[in-house]
Amino acid sequence: MVEKTFTITDPAGMHARPASALVGSLSKFQSDITMEFKDKKVNLKSILGVMSLGVPSGSTVQIAADGADEAEAMETIERVLNEQGISNE
Amino acid sequence: MNRLSGIAASNGIAIAKAFRLENPELTVDKKNVTDTQAEIERFNQAVKESIAELEVIKKRTAEEISDKEAAIFGAHLLVLEDPELIGPITDKIKTDGVNAEFALHETSTMFVDMFEAMDNEYMKERAADVRDVTKRVLAHLLGVKIQNPSMITDEVVVIAEDLTPSDTVQLNPKFIKGFITDIGGRTSHSAILARTLEIPAVVGAKSAMSTIDNGTIVIIDGLEGDVLLNPDEATLAEYKEKQSAFASQKAEWAKLKNEATVTKDGVEVELGANIGTPKDLTGVLENGGEAIGLYRTEFLYMGRDNFPTEDEQFDAYSAVLKGMEGKPTVVRTLDIGGDKELSYLTLPKELNPFLGLRAIRLCLEMPDMFRTQLRALLRASVHGNLKIMFPMIATLDEFRQAKALLMEEKAKLEAEGIDVSDSIEVGIMVEIPSTAVMADTFAKEVDFFSIGTNDLIQYTMAADRMNESVSYLYQPYNPAILRLVKNVIDASHKEGKWTGMCGEMAGDEIAIPILLGLGLDEFSMSASSILKARSQLSRLSKADMEGHVDHILGLATSEEVEDYVKNL
Repeated sequence: MVEKTFTITDPAGMHARPASALVGSLSKFQSDITMEFKDKKVNLKSILGVMSLGVPSGSTVQIAADGADEAEAMETIERVLNEQGISNE
Repeated sequence: MNRLSGIAASNGIAIAKAFRLENPELTVDKKNVTDTQAEIERFNQAVKESIAELEVIKKRTAEEISDKEAAIFGAHLLVLEDPELIGPITDKIKTDGVNAEFALHETSTMFVDMFEAMDNEYMKERAADVRDVTKRVLAHLLGVKIQNPSMITDEVVVIAEDLTPSDTVQLNPKFIKGFITDIGGRTSHSAILARTLEIPAVVGAKSAMSTIDNGTIVIIDGLEGDVLLNPDEATLAEYKEKQSAFASQKAEWAKLKNEATVTKDGVEVELGANIGTPKDLTGVLENGGEAIGLYRTEFLYMGRDNFPTEDEQFDAYSAVLKGMEGKPTVVRTLDIGGDKELSYLTLPKELNPFLGLRAIRLCLEMPDMFRTQLRALLRASVHGNLKIMFPMIATLDEFRQAKALLMEEKAKLEAEGIDVSDSIEVGIMVEIPSTAVMADTFAKEVDFFSIGTNDLIQYTMAADRMNESVSYLYQPYNPAILRLVKNVIDASHKEGKWTGMCGEMAGDEIAIPILLGLGLDEFSMSASSILKARSQLSRLSKADMEGHVDHILGLATSEEVEDYVKNL
C-alpha cells in the first residue's frame, strides 16, 4: 500500500471540477483507492464519496492506494492534483 | 394585476407569455421481482441510455455555451459511473429482490439527504445534481418522456418549480426571454447559467407554479427580482421603457470594455478593481479593469487552520500578477485584527478592536509572519507589475520599519540567487487622519497613496461603522473628508507621486465628479461598477470639475455637497 498526505490549497477547497478530474482519472486502476479527511474515509473512485467529504481550503487529506497498480495510481493522483492547481504536498 | 417577488438572479427585463415547464410526477412503487438478473440488466440499460443522452448534452453545451458550463455534465456522467451509487443499487435489486426504480430511488435519496444536510450552500447545490441524474435514469426506467425546453419555438418566459442544469442549457435565448423558478438562489446552476446566457431571471419566487397559467403575459424584472402578471397598459409601457433603457445602457457599457477611461476633456484616469482572491480576476477582465487597485490578501489566511506557507502565497500572488499581464497590481499586506480574526491566531481581547493591534501594527509585532508574506510577494514580483501597500499606517516610523523589513528580505532573496523585480513601488493606505494630515511628509518617502475611505471616514468622524446608532455619521461627502482627500492628492502630486482610492467611495456616482476635480489618479472599486464609472467619467470634464472644487470644499455639510453635485 502507498500512502500520501496532500494539502488542498485551492480557495474553494475540493470543488466539483478538480474532484471530477481526479475521480475520472482513477476508474482505470485496479487498486483500491481511498481518501481520508477528518477520520472519514471514502472511495476515491466515487465522485459522491469525494464530494460528501466537503474538503475546505487549507485542510490536509490522506490518500492511499492498495493493489497491483498502486504506484502508478498514486503518480496519477499527484499529477492530476497538480494540474488542477488545487494542492501541494 | 398580480405581483410576485423573488431573488434577482440575472439582470434585464423580459416581457412575454408564460410557458409552464411541468415536472412530470415520477412515482416510484416498490415491487418484488424474481428475475433479479434481468432487472439489473434493465437498470444498466437505463443508465446506458442516460449516459448517451448526457454525452450529447455535454457536447452541445461545450459548443454553444462554454467548456466551463459543460463540466457540470462531466460531473453527472461520473455520478452515473459512481461505484458507490451503482453498486448499492444493483446489490439492493439482487439481495432484496426489488424493482430497479425502487432501488434507485432509495439509494439516491440517501445521497440527496446527505448533501442537503451539509452546512454549505455549494454542497447543497450538489443535491440538485444527484436529483437531476436520478430523474433522468428514472424516466428511462418508467418510459416517461420528460418535457424538453429545446422544443419551445415561441417567444416565452419559462415558469418552473426548478430548472435542472440540463433544462437550463437547453434554453435557447432566441425563444426563451427569461425564466422564473419557485426554488433556488443566486448560486444555483440555473441562476449562474442565466447570467452567462444574459437572459433575465427571478428565482425563489415560491408561488409562480401555483399562480401563473400558460399564456399569461408576464414581466420579469431581473434587476429588482419582481414578477408582474397581466400588467395594465401603463405598467407595460413603463417596463418597455425600462427594458430599452437597460439594453442601450448595456450596449454602451459593452463598448467601453476595451476602452481607456477618458474624460470629456481628454484626461485619462485609471479604473481598477478590488479583489480578494485570484478567482476574482475573471470579473476584473470581463469588466475592463485597467488595474487592481486593492488585492486584499487576508482571504488567503482565512477559512483554514494554519498560516499559508510562503509557497502557497507565492502561487496566489503569481496567479494574479500573471493574469493581469503587466497591468498595475496593488497588493495590500495582511490586514487582520480588529473585527477580522483568524482561528489559529489567538490575540488578546480588546476593548476597542478598531483602535487596537491590527494590520501593520500586528505585522510589525509578528515579524516572522510578515516576512513570509513579503518574501512571497518579492518572489512573485517578476511575474507582473507589482505594487506593495501597507495598511493602517499612522506614523512615518511604521512605514520605515515595514519598508526596512521588505528591503531586508529582498537583499536575502537576491543573495540566494532568486530574481526579484527592481521596479516594485511601495506605498501606503491612507485611512488614519494623522497620515492624511501629514501626507506632505509621507509623500517624500512613499511611492504612492491609496485612500481607504471606509476606515478614513470611521476614524475621522469617530463613528464605529458597525454601530447602527451612529451610522448617520458615515458621511463620505462631508467636507472634512473631502478636505483630507484633497490634502493627500495635492501632497502626492507635489512630489511627483500618485494617489488612488480603494474604498467604496471611489465607485460612488456623487463622489466620482468631486474626486475627478480633486485630481485623483486611480479609482478602484468592485469590478461590476467599472463600466458604469467609465461611462460616467466619459461624460464629465475634469477642467469643469476643478472649477467647482473650491466651492464644494467650502460647503458646510454632507447634504449640501450632495445637493450641489446632483444639480451640476
